[in-house]
Amino acid sequence: MRLHRAIVPLALLFALPVQAQTPSLEEVWAIVQQQQREIDALKQQLATAEAELAEADRQIEATGDYVESLSVSTAVESATHIGGYGEVHYNNLDADDSANDLDQVDFHRFVLFFGHDFTDKVRFFSELELEHSLAGDGAPGEVELEQAYVEFLLSDTLSAKTGLFLLPIGLLNETHEPPTFYGVERNSVESVIIPSTWWEAGAALTGHNDAGLSWDLALHSGLAMPTSGGSAFRVRSGRQKVAEALASDPAVTARVGYTGIPGLSVAASVQYQSDPSQVAGDGLDSGLLFETHAAYSVGGFSLTGLYARWEFDGTAVEAAGADTQTGWYVEPSYRIATDGRWGFYGRYEDVEGARTQDQYSQWELGFNYWPIDDVVLKFDWRSRDHAVSAESGRDFDGFDLGVGYQF
Amino acid sequence: MRRFLAGLLLLVAIHAGGDARAEAGEYLTREAFLEAALATAEPASDVVWLDEALRNRAADILGHDPGMLRARYWYAAGRTAWVFDEIGKERPITMGVVIENGTIRDFRVLTFRESRGWEIRYAFFTRQFDGLGLDRDGELDATIDSISGATLSVRAARRVANLALVFDDVARRTNTEIASAR
Repeated sequence: MRLHRAIVPLALLFALPVQAQTPSLEEVWAIVQQQQREIDALKQQLATAEAELAEADRQIEATGDYVESLSVSTAVESATHIGGYGEVHYNNLDADDSANDLDQVDFHRFVLFFGHDFTDKVRFFSELELEHSLAGDGAPGEVELEQAYVEFLLSDTLSAKTGLFLLPIGLLNETHEPPTFYGVERNSVESVIIPSTWWEAGAALTGHNDAGLSWDLALHSGLAMPTSGGSAFRVRSGRQKVAEALASDPAVTARVGYTGIPGLSVAASVQYQSDPSQVAGDGLDSGLLFETHAAYSVGGFSLTGLYARWEFDGTAVEAAGADTQTGWYVEPSYRIATDGRWGFYGRYEDVEGARTQDQYSQWELGFNYWPIDDVVLKFDWRSRDHAVSAESGRDFDGFDLGVGYQF
Repeated sequence: MRRFLAGLLLLVAIHAGGDARAEAGEYLTREAFLEAALATAEPASDVVWLDEALRNRAADILGHDPGMLRARYWYAAGRTAWVFDEIGKERPITMGVVIENGTIRDFRVLTFRESRGWEIRYAFFTRQFDGLGLDRDGELDATIDSISGATLSVRAARRVANLALVFDDVARRTNTEIASAR
């Protein structure tokens, strides 16, 4: 075809000087007919090319659709989910009594999540944790099942779950992946007063609405607090961890929350236990926990505060002076706005637990560095001061280093 | 306790059958989103092919490979609409972004499947994206306030908004019909 296109004008060029300067009508007619044949051939060629191009487009689209469907099926349709988090701590604390010094490194928590979606509306979630790296007889750590429940999505705004789940109390108990909080060690209030991580077995309902209001109601197994010995009336020692746990006296927990303003989170929880020791007539008859917290962030600044208070009834707990146990903390922080990789914080907390060693105030300053969103490096300096002079040997200053991750 | 458990079982039984027609957590179908976004039931559609540079840019924004050869978009009257799935913690969240004149006109969560972070599906959160564009570094030109306990879902929403704005910029340079299509 290219040859034809070249020959026709060349023929004309060479023909014209040889023949008369003005072609005859027959010659013009022959040229027009030749050009028309060329045009028809070109049209045919164009139509063929357009058809081939459309077919190529269709094939490319089909190939793209197929290749993308492979990646989508992997990302979207996988019914089983795996995740986890972990944190390594180094503590270097100088106590007033050197016997209480601490200079140790510990893989504090190694956690794996396993979840499975049976259907769109029925799913399973679990959390298995190895604490302190080594578990077994005489070993410092434990293997713990911290969550294992089935959740039913009842509607767009209502769900129910049953099994072993984290209680809806405080800031850390349900969300405690290391990149989500400041400080190598978790705050003391949510350890001494709210015994995080705190899980129980039972059933719960959760709801929310489009204004940002949410609520939780859970009926679950309760604490079995000791009423004698060195840990008498210590809340944390009452966790049964759903391990052949006494269930004669259940507990109920309720929470309301509001997150309707971006950056703001406010919530309050109440828990009632008819007998926190699970033993009738031992002087610890009932317990009521009240907790409230607020967190507000604007730009890089955040301010977080939490208050928790236990009220226990019973002659023995009152005689021991452990009938009221309280704690609170306030934590301002600033995350550098330019890249968000560095965050600095300060925290002051005050706890009044059952044991005298759990009655102290603590200052803490430090920073987090997130090289990527899901990995964090931490540093903090802490100073603890006990309220009871007999415990002053436990007062300390020191620093902590940590690395944490989640996926 | 027995009354609570009985009530809970009754609730589960009532809702267990549920509405089998829609996927759980789906609040807006893609078709309804596009019709609302572009004011036409059958908007024109095209794709942005991801060359190496654009794929790398998308990977920077998402923090992982975009997992797509091209990004499909719909357009009408100068607006483009994009729909992406992005995982917050464990499950993909389907989000739609409408862009006009280089800024976000609307941001919607079409399907939310995560167990935490439900707040991001509601207007009190998504309206933070209205009017956002790209800064000189190609990132969102304003901060999005996070939600305590919903950090991962909020991040997923930020990533999708950023990605849609970058793709919209490419689309407008390669498709001259976007401004005129009805």
